Amino acid sequence: MIYLLLLIEFFKIGLFAIGGGLATLPFLQELAEKYHWISSYDLINMIAISESTPGPIGINTATFVGYKTAGIIGSVLTTLGIVTPSIIIIIIIAHYYMKFSEEPIVRASLNGIRPTVIGLIAAAGFEVAKIALLNINQFIKTGVLLELLNYKAIVLFAILLYLIIKYKKHPILYIIASGIIGIILK
Amino acid sequence: MKELLDLFLTFCKIGGFTFGGGYAMLPIIQKEIVEKKRWATNDEVMDYYAISQCTPGVIAVNTATFIGYKRKGIIGSIFATFGIVFPSLIIITTIAMFFQHFQDYPIVQHALGGIRVAVAALITSTIIKMWKQSIKNWIGIILFSSSFILITFTNISPVIIIIFGGLLGAFINLNKKVDA
Repeated sequence: MIYLLLLIEFFKIGLFAIGGGLATLPFLQELAEKYHWISSYDLINMIAISESTPGPIGINTATFVGYKTAGIIGSVLTTLGIVTPSIIIIIIIAHYYMKFSEEPIVRASLNGIRPTVIGLIAAAGFEVAKIALLNINQFIKTGVLLELLNYKAIVLFAILLYLIIKYKKHPILYIIASGIIGIILK
Repeated sequence: MKELLDLFLTFCKIGGFTFGGGYAMLPIIQKEIVEKKRWATNDEVMDYYAISQCTPGVIAVNTATFIGYKRKGIIGSIFATFGIVFPSLIIITTIAMFFQHFQDYPIVQHALGGIRVAVAALITSTIIKMWKQSIKNWIGIILFSSSFILITFTNISPVIIIIFGGLLGAFINLNKKVDA
């Protein structure tokens, strides 16, 4: 029964992959080897598409594998499978968080966790900025330092940052506008 | 029912415009959840994000489930979760049906090039906002810098770094009786 198997396998991924979408990749690789639902070439292609489309990467790849294996029902089942453990675990944690978040010891440790998390987010932002603003591959090929910087992108980044801080418009507006600018400027 | 539908649609919007990992949704969450709907504070969103990072599952989904639960209990968490995954289901199924090599189209590549710049700028402004709110003393600066450096230059798991941050925070704050 392919449907049940898809549901169970993705439930397992949702239960054991800690640390977000990218943490699901080794599990998907294992799945590809075990069941031959998809080839590793398919998987690489799916990951590339999942990173180029909106939505959480882990959900996108799960949906993709589900569709390739068993059509639309398959995609619904894999998505359902991967989110069910989250729903159960987070509901339990959220229940206790609401109850204890005002306790002095919990508050004290959350006061330590917040700056730590901002550091994590800054590290993620730094990685995106590296990809968005630098031509690392070009630089490795030619070794010319001036070619490392993607000038168009850096100018766009500076203008966007100024507008975001000054006008506080909706983030979606900036995302759509930059997509269009990207197409126009290539 | 109206509130549940609102939860579903709000998270649809967030899922539909998140390009990248869980961090990429934070600017939209800040706008929609914290500023417009006032369903959670910035500090709470950061707590949820930290917990989501340390628990199994997709970070964006975990954060959505958390906010849904806070708003409307178990049923709220289910609506928020379905909201955040719904755009993925539609978009990915469509691409799988009609566009086999979606990511190779030049127009997609160029649009993504622009979108990545926007994501980088949005994240930067989010970090500035969070910094102003949550980093109040030298302990915060040390925790921020060490977590940034450890993540960027080592392979230590974010889970370990967050747990250490929490332990250190508990130890220092309780000893100093600083309760900011």
